[in-house]
This record gives sequence, structure tokens and C-alpha cells, in this order.
Amino acid sequence: MWHWIQRFSSPKHFYVISAKLIPWFAVPTALLMIVGLYQGLFVAPPDYQQGESYRIMFVHVPAAWMSLFIYVVMAVSAGIGLIWQIKLADMVAVASAPIGASFTFLALVTGSLWGKPMWGTYWVWDARLTSELILLFLYFGYMALQSAIEDQRTADKASGLLAIVGVVNIPIIHYSVVWWNTLHQGATVTKFAKPSIDIHMLIPLLLMALAFQLFYFAVILVRTRNEVLYRERNRRWVRELIEQL
Amino acid sequence: MRKRSQRKLLVVGVLIGVIIATALGLKAFNQNLLYFYSPSQVKAGEAPAHHSFRVGGMVVKGSVKRDTKDLGVRFVVTDNAATVKIKYTGILPDLFREGQGIVAMGRINPDGTFVAEQVLAKHDEKYMPPEVAAALKAGKKLKAEQRKNGTI
Amino acid sequence: MNWSEFFAMGGYAVYVWSSYALAFVVIVGNVVLPLMQRKKVIARIKRAIRRDAILHDNSIAR
Repeated sequence: MWHWIQRFSSPKHFYVISAKLIPWFAVPTALLMIVGLYQGLFVAPPDYQQGESYRIMFVHVPAAWMSLFIYVVMAVSAGIGLIWQIKLADMVAVASAPIGASFTFLALVTGSLWGKPMWGTYWVWDARLTSELILLFLYFGYMALQSAIEDQRTADKASGLLAIVGVVNIPIIHYSVVWWNTLHQGATVTKFAKPSIDIHMLIPLLLMALAFQLFYFAVILVRTRNEVLYRERNRRWVRELIEQL
Repeated sequence: MRKRSQRKLLVVGVLIGVIIATALGLKAFNQNLLYFYSPSQVKAGEAPAHHSFRVGGMVVKGSVKRDTKDLGVRFVVTDNAATVKIKYTGILPDLFREGQGIVAMGRINPDGTFVAEQVLAKHDEKYMPPEVAAALKAGKKLKAEQRKNGTI
Repeated sequence: MNWSEFFAMGGYAVYVWSSYALAFVVIVGNVVLPLMQRKKVIARIKRAIRRDAILHDNSIAR
């Protein structure tokens, strides 16, 4: 088992395998996005209260879900890197941060664009919105620490610790709408009950969510490969590989 | 050497930045842990009397009265236990309607009327097409009638 | 289906379409930036290889 993990987590092995994996994520991502957008913009009916404006949901909700998911991946990878000294895990964490930050930003801005016509304001300091903004700062803090510290091992340790400490924010974001009175409404899909959304609206939402998920897997592979090349740039296998390009 | 001390400074700066950001966020949390007070809490005197706060509840059906001269509007919000009268002048969000949840920001007048400076609409987590909503409403009405007539 | 009605989004065109436009930018950015980063890393390693080759030749000539 341990032997197998070490073999698979060797950067070189990952580099070879990941090249074959990328198209298996990229192609379904594109297909799911096309079908999801068609379903969301043309097939899904307008909402009884919010009319057409609720269609922002099909990009807002998947982006918000991914902002949480990617943070958990980043923190767990950083933890594995810290505890078991697996270099590949640190590289996955570093590669996740900019993707997660971009999805957090997307969730915040689209939520704001949804809030203006429906709630009557672009922004309120309620628990849900504030905790999601803190998530964006955590991503920024992680990336800043990474780029500020020259020594790679110190950088991984410092930023990894920040990522792990920041995990407390994840349940706060999810349960903020339950624990406190917020302007943001409660969960529609991610709860232990039947989703309170019409099936014709739920289908495009889930299609887009799956598309975003696969998209992240494709991008994380590309970014981690870059990280592998950079960190192993003085190794013989990288030099030989680059000379062949 | 200068470069290294510069980097150290940067790291310390980043750490301070993160701490300030978290502190600010937590402060915002503490002030707004309860983003709004319910009409029952207002009635019980839990809401601040001397500075502005938010009150949230459902707009009572039939309570909305508009001023024809300006954008003034009066309505009543409830949490099904207590009510608060609200007076507001300005543009209301699109989702503002009777039976819908709202959050108003303002202060209480001595006569008990809440004078709002801002009214935000709160929507629930339900999404459905208008036809389904209409059918659900019709179904509820039918059931209520059947119950009244003793046919169930 | 009426196209101008579709683009009007029931009066919410500004909010809906700017949301989708930003989503498009974020998705495209997440594809383009890593590919540019890859090119940069490869160019950097190639430069290092060339530099090391020159150093190696010099040490042999000496």
C-alpha cells in the first residue's frame, strides 16, 4: 500500500499519467457545459417569484459549491504534504489556490448581481456573504505566502498551515444561513431533504455543477503538471523530456 | 541580505494583513450575528432603542398602503407572533410584495412606528415555474374547501 | 421563441448577462493562464539547459 502510494505520488509518474487523463475531463466538461447552458437558458421555466433573474443561479451556485470544494482539496493536500512530506500533495495545494480564488470571486460577484434586483442591494454584511468574502481572503493569503517565501519547503509549510487553519471557515459558510438570521436564503439542494426546486430547474443546475467539477479536475491536472516541471527543473528526467519537445 | 530582509518584511506584512482581514470579518460578524430582529424581539424590547437596527418579517397581506403623492409606503410585518408597523419612502426591490419576507433598516419612532431608511426583500429557497405555483395554490384552496364541506 | 425577448431576460438582462459574461471570462482565464504558465516554464528550462551546455563546453575547452 505505502509502496503503491509512493510510486503513484512520484512527480514523474504523475506527469506521465496526468497527460492521458486531461482529455477525459476536458471533453465531458465542454459537453456538459453546452447541455447545461442550453437547459438553463432555454428549457428551464422562469421562477414564480424571481422571473428570469434566477437564471444567474446556474453559474452562481456551481461557483459557490466549487469555492468550498476546492478549499477542502487544498487544505487536505496541504495537510498531507505537511504530515507525510509528499511533494506532489503540496503541488496540488499550490495549483488549487488560484482556481479556488477565481470561483470564489465569481460566486461573490454573480451573487451581488443577483442581489441587486431581488434583494435591493449589491452587498450586505450578513453571515453568509461575509464568510464567503473571508474565504476569498484566505485564498489570497495562501497565494501571497507562497510567492513571498523564497525557500520552497518553508513556503509550503507556512501556507499549508494557513490553509489548514482556514478550514474552520468552511462549515461556517455552509451553516451560516442556519445558525444566524441572514438575508441570504437557506439551502435548496444541499440538505437532508428533498430539494425545494422544480425538476426542470434542478437538471441544468446539477449539469452545470458537474461541468464545473470536471473543469476543476482538468485545470488542476494542467496546473499541477506546471508545478512539477518547475520544481523538478534541475532533475534529469525533466531535462530529457524538455529537450525532446 | 537586503533582499532577504525585504522578503521577511513582506511575509510579516501578509500575516498582519490576514489577521486584520479576519478581525474585521469577525467584527462584522459580531455586529451582525443577528442580521435582523424579529417583530417578537422588537416587542420584547430586545432591539436597540437609540440607534438604528434591522427588523425582518413577512409583509402582512392587505397591509400595504401607498402614498399617491410620493414614493411613500406603509405596511405591517409579522413573524406570526407579533407585528411591527413600518413607514418607508423610496424605491422598493422587485421582490417586495404582500406575503413576502423583507428586512428593513431604520429606527423606532416614539409612537411605535418603524421608520425605514432601506427595505430589502428576502426570498426563500424554493424555485418553481409560475404554473406549478398556481397549481399548488389551487390545490391548497381545493383541499381547504373540501375540508370545510366535510368531503375529506 | 423570440430572440429579443430572450436577450431581455424579463428586464433583468444587465444582471443575467453580466453574470454569464463574467463566468465566461473566469472559465477562459482558467484555461489560458495555466497554458501560458506552461510555455513560460518550458522556455525557462530550455534556457537553463542551453546555459548549462555552454558552461560544460567551456570547462572542457579549459
